Amino acid sequence: MALLELKNLTKRFGDVLAVSDFTLSVEQGEFVSLLGPSGCGKTTTLQMIAGFETPTSGAIILNGRNLEDVPARKRGLGIVFQSYALFPHMTVEQNVGFGLEMRGVAPAERAGRVRKVLELVHLDGLANRYPRAMSGGQRQRVAVARALVIEPDLLLLDEPLSNLDAKLREEMQLELRRIQQEAGVTTVLVTHDQSEAMALSDRIAVMQAGELMQVGSPFEIYERPRSSFVSTFLGKTNTLAARLEQVTPEGSLLVCNGVTLKGPPANFLPGPVEVSLRPERVELTDADNAVVSGTVSERVFLGNQWLSKVNTPIGELLMTRRNRGSDEPKPGDTVHLAWSAEHLSILAADRSRLT
Amino acid sequence: MNRQSAAKPWLLSAPALTLFLALLLTPLVMTFVLSFNSFNFYGGIKNTHDFGNYLDVLSDSFFYEIFARTFLIALATTVVCVILGVPEAYIMFRMKPFWRSTLFLVILGPLLISVVVRTLGWQILLGNKGLINSGLMNIGLISRPFRMMYSSPGVVIAMTHVMIPFMILAVWASLQRQDPATEQAAESLGAGPLTVFFRVVLPQVIPGILSGSLLVFSMSASAFATPAIIGGRRLKVASTTVYDEFMGTLNWPLGAAIAVILLVSVLIIMLAWNRLMERRYSGAFG
Ligand SMILES: Nc1ncnc2c1ncn2[C@@H]1O[C@H](COP(=O)(O)OP(=O)(O)O)[C@@H](O)[C@H]1O
Ligand SMILES: [Mg+2]
Repeated sequence: MALLELKNLTKRFGDVLAVSDFTLSVEQGEFVSLLGPSGCGKTTTLQMIAGFETPTSGAIILNGRNLEDVPARKRGLGIVFQSYALFPHMTVEQNVGFGLEMRGVAPAERAGRVRKVLELVHLDGLANRYPRAMSGGQRQRVAVARALVIEPDLLLLDEPLSNLDAKLREEMQLELRRIQQEAGVTTVLVTHDQSEAMALSDRIAVMQAGELMQVGSPFEIYERPRSSFVSTFLGKTNTLAARLEQVTPEGSLLVCNGVTLKGPPANFLPGPVEVSLRPERVELTDADNAVVSGTVSERVFLGNQWLSKVNTPIGELLMTRRNRGSDEPKPGDTVHLAWSAEHLSILAADRSRLT
Repeated sequence: MNRQSAAKPWLLSAPALTLFLALLLTPLVMTFVLSFNSFNFYGGIKNTHDFGNYLDVLSDSFFYEIFARTFLIALATTVVCVILGVPEAYIMFRMKPFWRSTLFLVILGPLLISVVVRTLGWQILLGNKGLINSGLMNIGLISRPFRMMYSSPGVVIAMTHVMIPFMILAVWASLQRQDPATEQAAESLGAGPLTVFFRVVLPQVIPGILSGSLLVFSMSASAFATPAIIGGRRLKVASTTVYDEFMGTLNWPLGAAIAVILLVSVLIIMLAWNRLMERRYSGAFG
């Protein structure tokens, strides 16, 4: 049985439908991310699980128990807030020990457990600091320690890394994953950063405008997005409007701007569709094997790879190529591009684009 | 920065500065000078310069009693303002916007009415035949009226009403500075509403309570209208004594000396309080 089940969770603020019919279950020990653009209802979902917002309808079930009538302070969840929400007037030790104190744990045992969890987050030696005398990364660790020390069934993290600079953020991603696995705690993370979600999660739940769009492992979601929203939100992609002409069990035929493309088998009836093609799947080839040819319009060097924009008859295509130290086509050069048919993802036509 | 732009702030603030100097500093300096002059009933004010008035005040237990009463009333008013104002500010802070602005109007509205009018209103409530006493006697809770008019408690009650908006505004400012998620954090860790208030909210609004207390204390110590009306002629405080010296006995130099002593002692108390609290809380607040 799943540890946490969200059943048709809905939250309305007046006219705003913040979360709509959200259903998801989270297994014991799993790390699940809610991923979506700002304002799509991630925080609201987390706040309902935490007990700070009351769902308009739907149910939250933790360990088989409906949380409807359980107040936030009795849910026993560990929460890390976006602002960290450390108590500024308490030392690290007092901050971390607060939850144990509320549970009536004796001072001696409390001190021991606080020391252990501070070791886990690599903060031993800073127990007597005040939060304002610490760096962003250290505060974040205190917040995680404070949430973990009560040994919660479920750890909730709301954009925990968004206040850190880019380099520290990458370090903390690995740290957070290590801590989560060492503590073995089931975790729900909220983020708008797709690379964070992919680096950390066992499964990602992609949200848009309060609705759950797709759930799956990071690989699944990246490779087999079911909508153009998901494919553009996770990583870079080329999205092309096309017409599905013919579908057979072996493959399909698409027409895009008058050019016929081979595609993978699809579960669609012939008609307007969208096609997604990852830039790293586009390869250089010679004129005979080319799917399309075009002119390089822009080229950016990113260190480990080159990012080029190519103007082709089917539209502007992004292409990324590993930097192997050799020369790359320059702007103005004519290039011949190819990809294998199964690397095209065929998606339902985006309704908003048709209108 | 070049010369011209360095002069600009001074030029721009010159009108306000002039007004400030003319209207505040001049009378203050003149009062200070006046306090060293001497006075007798036949010759009036003599332009001497000695500490005679200060010696008179500091050697007379009558004045000690007045100053003690002044500061006790100010202290009591401050304490009552903290006890009532802090929870009130917090409750308002947690209210829905509509009720919050309604209550703000209720609390700040009285500031628009003259202190004298308000205090006369309190007189109607507090008198021996006033609303409170007759009410309590009618329901049989007391047999003889409580003496509230012309007593220190009465002054404290009326003064609290005048001063509490300042405490609420000061606490309000620090409530808005604190991270609302700290309350949620405490709640998620198992704290009940009272624990959240006393362990998380209250310590974070202490800077606001301190500044509010300074404001309320100094304003109460120098308040005139409320002690004059509720305290009457016999329950003297420093400011009413100054008034009596100036307008009654016409001993302006002695009145000036009392005013200077009041000013200096309020300043000393405020500075000491500030230093004490800065040292106490420098660890946790930046
Ligand atoms: N307390 C609230 N009152 C009214 N609207 C709210 C409230 N909280 C969130 N919303 C609205 O609900 C939507 C989702 O918000 P939120 O869950 O904070 O998004 P996210 O965390 O994904 O950025 C937004 O449109 C936001 O304006
Ligand atoms: Mg959010």
